[in-house]
Amino acid sequence: MPSVFAEDSVGLVSPQTEQFLEPLQLACGRSLANYQLVYETYGQLNATGSNAVLICHALSGHHHAAGYHSVDERKPGWWDSCIGPGKPIDTRKFFVVSLNNLGGCNGSTGPSSLNPETGKPYGADFPMMTVEDWVHSQALLAERLGIGQWAAVVGGSLGGMQALQWTISYPERVRHCLAIACAPKLSAQNIAFNEVARQAILSDPDFHGGHFQERGVIPKRGLILARMVGHITYLSDDAMGEKFGRDLKSDKLNYDFHSVEFQVESYLRYQGEEFSGRFDANTYLLMTKALDYFDPAASQGGDLAKALAPAQADFCVMSFTTDWRFSPARSRELVDALMAADKNVSYLEIDAPQGHDAFLIPIPRYLQAFNAYMQRISV
Amino acid sequence: MRADLDIIQDWIPSGSRVLDLGCGDGELLAWLRDHKQVSGYGLEIDADNIAECLHKGINVIEQDLDQGLSNFASNSFDVVVMTQALQAVQYPDRLLEEMLRIGRQCIITFPNFGHWRCRWDLLRRGQMPVSEFLPYTWYNTPNIHFCTFLDFEELCHQRQVRVLDRLAVDRLHRHNWASRIWPNLLGEIGIYRVSGPSPLQPPARTE
Repeated sequence: MPSVFAEDSVGLVSPQTEQFLEPLQLACGRSLANYQLVYETYGQLNATGSNAVLICHALSGHHHAAGYHSVDERKPGWWDSCIGPGKPIDTRKFFVVSLNNLGGCNGSTGPSSLNPETGKPYGADFPMMTVEDWVHSQALLAERLGIGQWAAVVGGSLGGMQALQWTISYPERVRHCLAIACAPKLSAQNIAFNEVARQAILSDPDFHGGHFQERGVIPKRGLILARMVGHITYLSDDAMGEKFGRDLKSDKLNYDFHSVEFQVESYLRYQGEEFSGRFDANTYLLMTKALDYFDPAASQGGDLAKALAPAQADFCVMSFTTDWRFSPARSRELVDALMAADKNVSYLEIDAPQGHDAFLIPIPRYLQAFNAYMQRISV
Repeated sequence: MRADLDIIQDWIPSGSRVLDLGCGDGELLAWLRDHKQVSGYGLEIDADNIAECLHKGINVIEQDLDQGLSNFASNSFDVVVMTQALQAVQYPDRLLEEMLRIGRQCIITFPNFGHWRCRWDLLRRGQMPVSEFLPYTWYNTPNIHFCTFLDFEELCHQRQVRVLDRLAVDRLHRHNWASRIWPNLLGEIGIYRVSGPSPLQPPARTE
């Protein structure tokens, strides 16, 4: 029977679940008594366990990074352009693990899960998560899967932060770290955007202090607004101009406030609407806080090179010219610190018009470099 | 290995930390890593060269030399190398100073515009020299700051840069009798090892 999937697709995949009954101590001082992690794997773990690659997801990502859950699924996993046979993360060579982080809303324990103490959804009572906590939980998952050391930990944006944290928290367990469209910490402007998104959710009357689930509602308007403002920052001015310009939906102006007049408005509303149907508001709050809190240099008096000193991995850092949310300058900060710490590092600044979202897009030069780097990793 | 790189590698002590400005496909750094336990980074802007460096496992940093080197700390490298790029940068003098700030020693190679062929072209034809070795015309050349050996050495003198070694070679990087007798007229490429004004122990020569 001919396959319905392309030759360079991992094809049909199904998520797996791992239960953890030992409490997980968290940076916020609280702990999770028990939890589950949902993940997918692509490729085969080799006999020595030396070919494992961990994919860390970004703000709105999840475990479904490649392939299809069914033949009817409209779109493949979110990083399908980079994971598969013959793709940069080549599943003929690597065993790929991709999980949904704790606090997420795609199957791993998070605010929408039932709190065993109350029998009701956690909602706002779910403890705050940090990048360090996620890396800790990922390390426990790795042990379950028999992976003593990752050939590479790879992530874009918030995922890149996790990849970096891996090299600091578990230096001997990562051989290569690929941090793409990433930053060693958020800027004030970045935190400000996150705060606007959070306020949109928190001020929605349907938020109910984070316990909206019990009342059978969702803070839809807040989520839509949060996604709209986020989405603006993921695209570049050029990309938006190219895609929408000042195009109108109809051929005349309506001179009112309620109609959707410009194409860009229509697009943002669509994006917001789609997002509000699939994402949990508490997860969104939590993920943005994890982003804001990430600052490995803070404990070293702001000295990033010192914070990275324990790392044993080789690093590959990539940025995109029109990304203003995680601009090339932020990646260069990271690269300079890595060079000052005498680490092996390569850095690419890829010319791309798509803004922050470029890391998800199959840009030829990006794929060429990604591929070249992954190929050199010995397993 | 490219002949000029073969000469340069001899001037780089084993185990040193090297910064290669305009590292191309990473040939020099790869050779130094494999044969002399040298660590370091190459700066490059050409996409294909960068991909080739990644493939070789060379630390390559996408950085334009014309944007300066202020991201590198003073005295953070044993040797800073720049082959065939001095004439193509916007501010060769500032870059030279930056190289000397970052490295204890610098190795620089550049084409000699005082070579007799260049002089002859100007004298005979009254036009900018175009050759197999320097194939560009004046309006499309990346080489915007040509100099002669004498010019370079005058700059070194002005900036109190010490010339530790120099070698004039032909286009095949042969160090022949002609370029030995009259380097500024008969040498096509200059290979210089320089350091800052402070007295410096010569590096231990390796074989």
